[in-house]
Amino acid sequence: MTASSLTLAAYLIAALLFVVSLAGLSRHETARSGVLFGIVGMVIALVTVIITAVAGASVTGIVLLVVAVVIGGAIGLWRARVVEMTGMPELIALMHSFVGLAAVLVGWNGFLEPQDLTGTLEGIHHAEVAIGVFIGAVTFTGSIIANLKLSARIRSAPLQLPGKNVLNLGALIVFVALTVWFVITPLTWILVVLTVLALLLGLHLVASIGGGDMPVVVSMLNSYSGWAAAASGFLLSNDLLIITGALVGSSGAYLSYVMCKAMNRSFISVIAGGFGAPSSSGGAEVTGEHREIDATSVAELLSSASSVVITPGYGMAVAQAQYPVAELTRRLRAQGVTVRFGVHPVAGRLPGHMNVLLAEAQVPYDIVLEMDEINDDLAETDVVLVIGANDTVNPAASEDPSSPIAGMPVLRVWEAGDVIVFKRSMAAGYAGVQNPLFFRDNTQMLFGDAKERVEDINAALKSLQPA
Amino acid sequence: MTDSERPPGQRIGVVAEAAPTETRVAATPDAVRKLVGLGYTVVVEPKAGVKAGFDDAAYVDAGAEIANGPVWDSDVVLAINAPEPAALAQLRPGSTLIAMLAPRFEEERVAELARRGVTALSMDAVPRISRAQSLDVLSSMANIAGYRAVIEAAHAFGRFFTGQVTAAGKVPPAKVLVAGAGVAGLAAIAAANSLGAVVRATDPRAEVADQVRSLGGQYLPVEVEQEQSTDGYAKATSEAYDKRAAEIYSEQAADVDIVITTALIPGRPAPKLLTADQVASMKPGSVVVDMAAAQGGNVDGTVAGEIVTTEGGVTLIGYTDLAGRLPAQASQLYGQNVVNLMKLLTPEKDGRVVLDLEDVVQRGMTVAKDGEVLWPPPPVSVSAPVQPTAPAEPAVVEERRPRPGWVRHVVGGAAGLALFLVTAAAPAALAAHLTVFLLAIVIGFYVIGNVHHALHTPLMSVTNAISGIIVVGAVLQIAVPQAVVMALASVAVLLSSINIVGGFAVTRRMLSMFSRSPGKG
Repeated sequence: MTASSLTLAAYLIAALLFVVSLAGLSRHETARSGVLFGIVGMVIALVTVIITAVAGASVTGIVLLVVAVVIGGAIGLWRARVVEMTGMPELIALMHSFVGLAAVLVGWNGFLEPQDLTGTLEGIHHAEVAIGVFIGAVTFTGSIIANLKLSARIRSAPLQLPGKNVLNLGALIVFVALTVWFVITPLTWILVVLTVLALLLGLHLVASIGGGDMPVVVSMLNSYSGWAAAASGFLLSNDLLIITGALVGSSGAYLSYVMCKAMNRSFISVIAGGFGAPSSSGGAEVTGEHREIDATSVAELLSSASSVVITPGYGMAVAQAQYPVAELTRRLRAQGVTVRFGVHPVAGRLPGHMNVLLAEAQVPYDIVLEMDEINDDLAETDVVLVIGANDTVNPAASEDPSSPIAGMPVLRVWEAGDVIVFKRSMAAGYAGVQNPLFFRDNTQMLFGDAKERVEDINAALKSLQPA
Repeated sequence: MTDSERPPGQRIGVVAEAAPTETRVAATPDAVRKLVGLGYTVVVEPKAGVKAGFDDAAYVDAGAEIANGPVWDSDVVLAINAPEPAALAQLRPGSTLIAMLAPRFEEERVAELARRGVTALSMDAVPRISRAQSLDVLSSMANIAGYRAVIEAAHAFGRFFTGQVTAAGKVPPAKVLVAGAGVAGLAAIAAANSLGAVVRATDPRAEVADQVRSLGGQYLPVEVEQEQSTDGYAKATSEAYDKRAAEIYSEQAADVDIVITTALIPGRPAPKLLTADQVASMKPGSVVVDMAAAQGGNVDGTVAGEIVTTEGGVTLIGYTDLAGRLPAQASQLYGQNVVNLMKLLTPEKDGRVVLDLEDVVQRGMTVAKDGEVLWPPPPVSVSAPVQPTAPAEPAVVEERRPRPGWVRHVVGGAAGLALFLVTAAAPAALAAHLTVFLLAIVIGFYVIGNVHHALHTPLMSVTNAISGIIVVGAVLQIAVPQAVVMALASVAVLLSSINIVGGFAVTRRMLSMFSRSPGKG
């Protein structure tokens, strides 16, 4: 048993633990142990690599290492503690950017540190540097933009540069050319140009995607960050990095694929960026009269209903309405009303966003159903509460072939007896499409902040109930 | 005060129905009060409402006068049934008669009314459009009759409708077949269902299936191509349909305990649904209520207005006055229909009838005016015909057709070949890495293959933490004795540490929130 064989064995165990960790996270029952496996795997990997590194490092290096790990860990722990569940998408996007930046730095280091390679091996090494830096940089800026869009610090509308597909494709071709050139003559400025190019590409890719499609983008960036790690693994000849990066990369890609299917979007066009289709054109003009309702009437309607479905959307997250919604759910269930949640796969700004919010507010997860699980039951439902969802309940998707969201599977809430839509105004949703649901005969609008309105309903329900 | 200023309104006469079996009255005291509110003077024939439970005093209280004798000579005559010849002779030219005149069957009477210069409005000729629903006595009477049909059947049946398990043994629920899911049929379905019976229903209009289900019935479809109804009434059916329907009736007759038939086609004798053989196949003690008995009956062997028991012990009920068997309510609904019509005819609320023949509702109901027969009216299509079954599949899906199979095979083959060549040409170390890389991709794909949708976010934050594994690379580089490399590597270590710790911590926090309904754990 040599030092290197020990290291390899430890890496193998760590890699297996990561696989088990991801597998565990597919089910509620095993999710917690899945996280535990992940942590154990990470500890094993870190201890092993630190022992290896410390053996050859200078005192400065060791000090730097300890300081960096401690500071980084502290920041991570702090952020994880204070983050609001509604701010989850931004945090995750930001963390993707860290991995991206780390990959860029590792790539540059791989170029800067002295190598004793010759011939083909040297060429391969430089190619690996170029690829690693490229993927890392795209992930970095892409995630930054996603973070800014999600936290509403920049406009979430898609950026529409002329010929954006040509720009993306051109950037890729230039990247390949630069890589070939860099392999032949490894000059620093080529790597600089390549890095800048990749940073710009990352910016553009995500900037041209509308805010409504962010769940897919976040999951795609997750995948990219995995590929970045894998590329670094090739660069450093480290199997642990390769395995882990590939795991994260392919699972993230698969998750994005699942979501694309849910939205009836082409997977390829998501990876290529800018699939937020032009939204101003197309779609039948929808106008008509909408009817308003007040919270007290909603409360009466709800207490006389026998089954209620709540379809939450990003609006619920924005208004932080999950607690009053959970309260409402408890009240109605106590009165014997069947309450279920219908969650569209892309509701919110992150895959599973609604589930996390509802879980935070202690809504039992077995009444939170997926679109496919609940869609057929909606016709037999007395009342549907649409809280802050818009495009995901738009009948135009299935009825108006000219609509920009045509063909996207949606929650067919309009089949229910009564539909109450919680909304701040009559403005269009993220896809920029007006929603004919609002003008249906069985739809009534409850305007105002979702949180306040749900609280009003709770108060009204309380006063309706005999003490 | 204002009454004296206004010219006195027209005189409305509420007649006492002549037929001895008729229990209803065309206007209840409540309706009278509303008519007075429209500016009319209302005169009621003595004892007009007695059979329905309204005495003359109640009418007086409502603002009516009690006449000394018949009131057929009023300006506006309200009746349930068409007048007998003697009464007809008393109608004044120019007066308005409102009653159920059955213009489809009684052409001669309509002609006679026209000859006498009477303006005749038939309450049973209301067009089936949403706006006219409030005038439609066919609907309101059918609703009552459907309910009563179930009550009559229950009375004759002599058993429970609902299934029970008692200490004295088990009682199976009664099975009820309702033929025709119009207003009467739906009312019958609802009534039978609420009594606890198992209810099945047939109707040539497949679009009523949901209505049947909504009232707790089971719809028995007849799987044959069928024309869409555009005027809201059932149409005569095709031959293939009749054949299949007959099979269903044969099957059902032998199975069910009670059959209620409601099939009527406007202007035609009632369709025959149950043959004598099918009736004979029913269990002894079964009951058939033929709500179409007045129009010839849906069932072989029913006698209009009577109860017949077959040799096989099946009771055939042919009452034609089912609605009249709930006289107070029937009168109330009929009266309200009449009031709604009078509101339409009295736009100024000044007690004067103004007939607007441009209005499809009024035109449809008017069968005679100024000496002319106005029946039949021009056809009216119902305002909202049922959509020809909404398109289930959006037409857009075409856009992304799956590529033909061979393209995929070629692409797959090319990719495999490229991979083979690259690996073969690569140095041994790279080839080993590629192997590991590709296998890991496959594992990553399958390992989350059926992730629960609620776990998408935790999964993502854990993969995010795991991708912080890049720290391994950075840590190794920190050992490189070169200032720049060391600095960059420490930044990378710092960043990835944030990821690792933050990612795991936030995932644990999220997972701790997931809870399950108590008791299902």
